[in-house]
Amino acid sequence: MPEGTLCNRQPIQTDEALKTLLSDTGGRQYYQEMQSLPVDTPLLWETIQKTCRSRIRTWLSMCARCGMCADSCFLYRINDRDPKQVPAYKIQSTLGEILRRKGRVDNAFMQMAMETAWAKCTCCNRCGLYCPHGIDMGVMFGYLRGLLYQQGFVPWELKIGAGMHRVYHAQMDVTDADFTETFAWMVEENEEDYPGLAVPVDKVGADIMYTVNAREVKHYPEDLAEAAILFHLAGENWTVPSRGWEQTSLAMFAGDWEACKIQVESVYDAMERLKPKRMVGTECGHAHRATVVEGPYWAGRKDGLPPVESIHYVEWLAEALRTGKLKINPEKRIKEPVTLQDSCNYVRNHGLKEITREIMSYIVEPGYFIDMSPNREHNYCCGGGGGFNGIGLYRKQRNKALITKRDQILSTGAKLVIAPCHNCWDAIRDLEEEYRIGIRWSFLKPLILKMVEIPEHLKPEE
Amino acid sequence: MYDLLTGPGLKLSIGICLIGLIIRGVLYIKGLHWQLDRVAYTAHLKAGIRGALRSIFFWILPFGARGWRTQPLMTVLFFGFHIGAVCIPLFLAAHTMILQKALGISFASLNQTVADVMSWGVVVSAFFLALRRLVLPEVRILSGPYDYLILFLSAAPFITGLLCRYEIGDYSFFLLIHILLGEILLISIPFTRLSHILLFFLSRAQLGMDFGIKRGGMKGKGLNW
Ligand code: HEM
Ligand code: SF4
Ligand code: SF4
Ligand code: SF4
Repeated sequence: MPEGTLCNRQPIQTDEALKTLLSDTGGRQYYQEMQSLPVDTPLLWETIQKTCRSRIRTWLSMCARCGMCADSCFLYRINDRDPKQVPAYKIQSTLGEILRRKGRVDNAFMQMAMETAWAKCTCCNRCGLYCPHGIDMGVMFGYLRGLLYQQGFVPWELKIGAGMHRVYHAQMDVTDADFTETFAWMVEENEEDYPGLAVPVDKVGADIMYTVNAREVKHYPEDLAEAAILFHLAGENWTVPSRGWEQTSLAMFAGDWEACKIQVESVYDAMERLKPKRMVGTECGHAHRATVVEGPYWAGRKDGLPPVESIHYVEWLAEALRTGKLKINPEKRIKEPVTLQDSCNYVRNHGLKEITREIMSYIVEPGYFIDMSPNREHNYCCGGGGGFNGIGLYRKQRNKALITKRDQILSTGAKLVIAPCHNCWDAIRDLEEEYRIGIRWSFLKPLILKMVEIPEHLKPEE
Repeated sequence: MYDLLTGPGLKLSIGICLIGLIIRGVLYIKGLHWQLDRVAYTAHLKAGIRGALRSIFFWILPFGARGWRTQPLMTVLFFGFHIGAVCIPLFLAAHTMILQKALGISFASLNQTVADVMSWGVVVSAFFLALRRLVLPEVRILSGPYDYLILFLSAAPFITGLLCRYEIGDYSFFLLIHILLGEILLISIPFTRLSHILLFFLSRAQLGMDFGIKRGGMKGKGLNW
């Protein structure tokens, strides 16, 4: 059986191939071809031999089969405690089985593994905190995704997403020109209210190099405007790179390791070129994870760090509020019950748990902030992480997964949810659309903009 | 027979156990890879060691980690089983004597009441751990014959040990069986999942380093396990 024309082992390398795959609405032909996609078992086994080392092998073999990880997984809890959703079961029946069979698995197995890797795990890494042996199933699912991607067993949207990074160096078909033009347009729109507002492109040696999520450029340009205005009000010496401005990585969700490297290197190249003091990324969780936490390893950086110090938007914001670069008008602080979504990607997986609460202390009237339970590094995934939000094939499973967050939010009683993460923001929007619980959700930038004091010298002349 | 088992037999099984474990440990550490594991182990050794120690500490402390606190029943069974499983072989008075004779090392020995409580702890907990496997669907789906075998292998020396302690049945017969089962357990440690006696520490240290170095350990107070 030959590989399909759309569903195959080759990554997307050209704009033309991207367009062809995109035109297959919903991936109908793509998934049909997947039914007969052969498994290249020698390649699978060879890849495992090269990349699966003692950490993962030991995790798989030492698992005590104790089931203590079961309750930690929100997908297990929300799916009526289906034993087949126990993290250890999910990984043992997929990756574990591939290893035991030395890669000799068939098409049906790979399709089952694909569903498990993308519809039964969001790589939120929560289970890793509850296993007594320190076995992190989220990490292993990330690895499994890489094996599946290499064999062509990957959801349609993510094959496209990874291809976008290869072709556009961005998660969507947004070109470098689109990026700088959209930013310039946003400045034009706002410079009357904020005289002197500018977006310095490719300025060498700035204090801050700002990177974004391509969908801000395409769908939410006001987010770019808000970022520019807040840097402007804070008096920052900042810049954006004309290339290497995209911080996200659908390639990471897809398991396309090569594209991960291509993408993150484009950002690091911008750092090397512009030599900023620091990089600040937008309010996105997985973008931070990709560029700041995992990226250095894809790029082969032995110290595990990006070329310049790189921080999440919440770290910059907390610092700006703490040092008084941005001043909040106390009258305008939030005076209604409000809660906060802890993004797994930079809270559980990058320790930024107190910094967001510090921000809350500046912008919420005392007594109105209500934490979800559990919270901080023990928070549950929003329900849409790891690419889950974007996969049409698994929409039903995703919608069910949102119930965890819905109930967590409901029990806070808050009607406003602050979600400084694009993925979480999407999931919370979708859960409102799906379940109508009467909540509003927001990034930090628009909230801050409503309550920040504009310094005299930056006010428009009447 | 008794002399054979407590002399060369004991030496041999302890030797296999220790050397085997050392080999497993060395292979594990050698197999770690900074780029494939995506943890810069050596670049940030201090943060790594701190993360590793925290990761081990909170998990060997009863109710120390949130995972222990959210599952109190399992926690009681785990520690009920493990405190005895680790202490009795090393510190029971009868054992320290044999170890002294065979290897020339002497440990302080346990008070008889404490030793009794611990041994019963092992046997009773093992019974409930097995029951748990049978009863809870989320554990049953993970369990196979191998899991019961490991549990049985671990509990058998303690069951026969108690038979000797209370001199139930033929003392000298059960004593031989007890010693034999103990040595089988020792020998099987490096070759089975019982290698977790060492690998637990290495695996926890590894994840601790992951969180300590890469996943936020250098950003704040460290992970709240
Ligand atoms: C310092 C030494 C040890 C440590 C840190 C340790 C740690 C652990 C951990 C974390 C687990 C997984 C949780 C669980 O399944 O209960 C486990 C399971 C287990 N350990 Fe140990 N262990 C140690 C020594 C031993 C010894 C000496 C024995 C045997 C005599 C043993 C026998 C077992 C068994 C049978 C299980 C599986 C229990 C089950 O059926 O769920 N362990 N151990
Ligand atoms: S908690 Fe850890 S050891 Fe226990 S079943 Fe889950 S992965 Fe295995
Ligand atoms: S990483 Fe998250 S979603 Fe995946 S198995 Fe673990 S707890 Fe469940
Ligand atoms: S979308 Fe947000 S909550 Fe969900 S996995 Fe990603 S970071 Fe975690």
